[in-house]
Amino acid sequence: MTEQTDFVQIRHAQKSFGELEVLKDISLSVDRGQIVAIIGPSGSGKSTLLRAINDLDALTGGEIWLDGTRVNKDLPHRQYEKHINEMRQQIGMVFQHFNLFPHLTVRENVTMAPMLLKGLSKDEANALAEEQLDHVGMLERIDYYPSQLSGGQKQRVAIARALAMKPKLMLFDEATSALDPELVDEVNQVMKTLAEEHMTMIIVTHEMDFAAAVCDRVLFMDKGVVVEEGPPEVIFKKPTQERTREFLRKHIEGAK
Amino acid sequence: MQKVYPFFLEAAWVTILLSVLTAILGLTCGALGAAARLSRFWVLRFIGAAYVSLFRGTPALIQLFILYFGGPQIGIQLDAFEAGVIGLGVNAGAYMTETIRGAIISIDKGQREAARTLGLSQWQAMYKVILPQSMRLMIRPLGVNINALIKATALVAAISVVELTYTAQRYIGSTYKPFEMFLLAGVLYMVIIYVVGKGIAWLDRKVQIT
Repeated sequence: MTEQTDFVQIRHAQKSFGELEVLKDISLSVDRGQIVAIIGPSGSGKSTLLRAINDLDALTGGEIWLDGTRVNKDLPHRQYEKHINEMRQQIGMVFQHFNLFPHLTVRENVTMAPMLLKGLSKDEANALAEEQLDHVGMLERIDYYPSQLSGGQKQRVAIARALAMKPKLMLFDEATSALDPELVDEVNQVMKTLAEEHMTMIIVTHEMDFAAAVCDRVLFMDKGVVVEEGPPEVIFKKPTQERTREFLRKHIEGAK
Repeated sequence: MQKVYPFFLEAAWVTILLSVLTAILGLTCGALGAAARLSRFWVLRFIGAAYVSLFRGTPALIQLFILYFGGPQIGIQLDAFEAGVIGLGVNAGAYMTETIRGAIISIDKGQREAARTLGLSQWQAMYKVILPQSMRLMIRPLGVNINALIKATALVAAISVVELTYTAQRYIGSTYKPFEMFLLAGVLYMVIIYVVGKGIAWLDRKVQIT
């Protein structure tokens, strides 16, 4: 096995559903503390790539590495389950539709995994939940149920829930796409704070302004390949590929 | 007429006992059946599906007859009450399998994904996240299954378990009052079903509160 120096490395990721190839040999590395945005039209494979990183959607070929450990190891089912559960504890994920547990309070949403998986006592977990919820500005709603929160608030709780596991890497799968426009900003603010704290993040997004402001690198994907990647100044201001230009043009028109 | 009341009350008690035991067995079979149908092993999924179509696809009365009258031929010796509980319980379990499975698969897949993403195992995701939510969805439909099962206990009269229906038939012979006898049995069934229905509604409200 070769030396792993990059913090996150995706090597020759390939995924197909029967005939349909949704990811075609994608390689990508992300340094510790880097923030990478993945943009592209729907169906480009960007969410599939993101979901492959924590093996929510398994690849059909290629390797995912995190901090020197292979995520999608080849192991017998039982051993793999144990391995992937440990890996996933280190990879936080935030979904478009929040996926908060509706039968649990905000507090319980945050404390469940740390208590169950890291053996935290109730007091320790409560202290952790309070700290994480304070961080996203949701401490006041700690004893509410998800149904009593707005979309933006739900997403902030979902971020706190992921952060409570102290992940090394955070994945955001269109975290603001399901929000009313006026609620987008509060979630973006939380993500900006994380960026300032040097959390390593990979973000699938439709928000070009946010990507431009926060990310170190932008990947433009289309039809299962990375068409172009580079710093946001380059991708958004002077992209070299016609497909990138076309996508951005349409996107800007769409926004108007 | 009054002379028959004690016998009817005793018979009602047998019906209640039958119902309770059948419900317990049915729920157990239903939980196992649902687990089998949702298993990642195709053999278990196949067994689960076969169980459901076999027991829902044939009359419960035939199943009871096979078990009680046909059982001794293949070495299964059960008294009528035992055969009644087992026959009806396994039958109800087939319906409950589908109820429980339906409640589990109707939980948004994002719930499971969120749980797994945090690092929860398959089993932890099931009993911490999926099941508590599907419980709320399955109580009322399981109540419908239980309602049907209570009424189905009348079938065991055909294998001479002395429960309400059998008792009603028996006292027609000495009283010559089929109208009153069956009416009395019907009223007692209704009382049992009413009380159970109230209990289920209470349980349903209790889990929905939060």
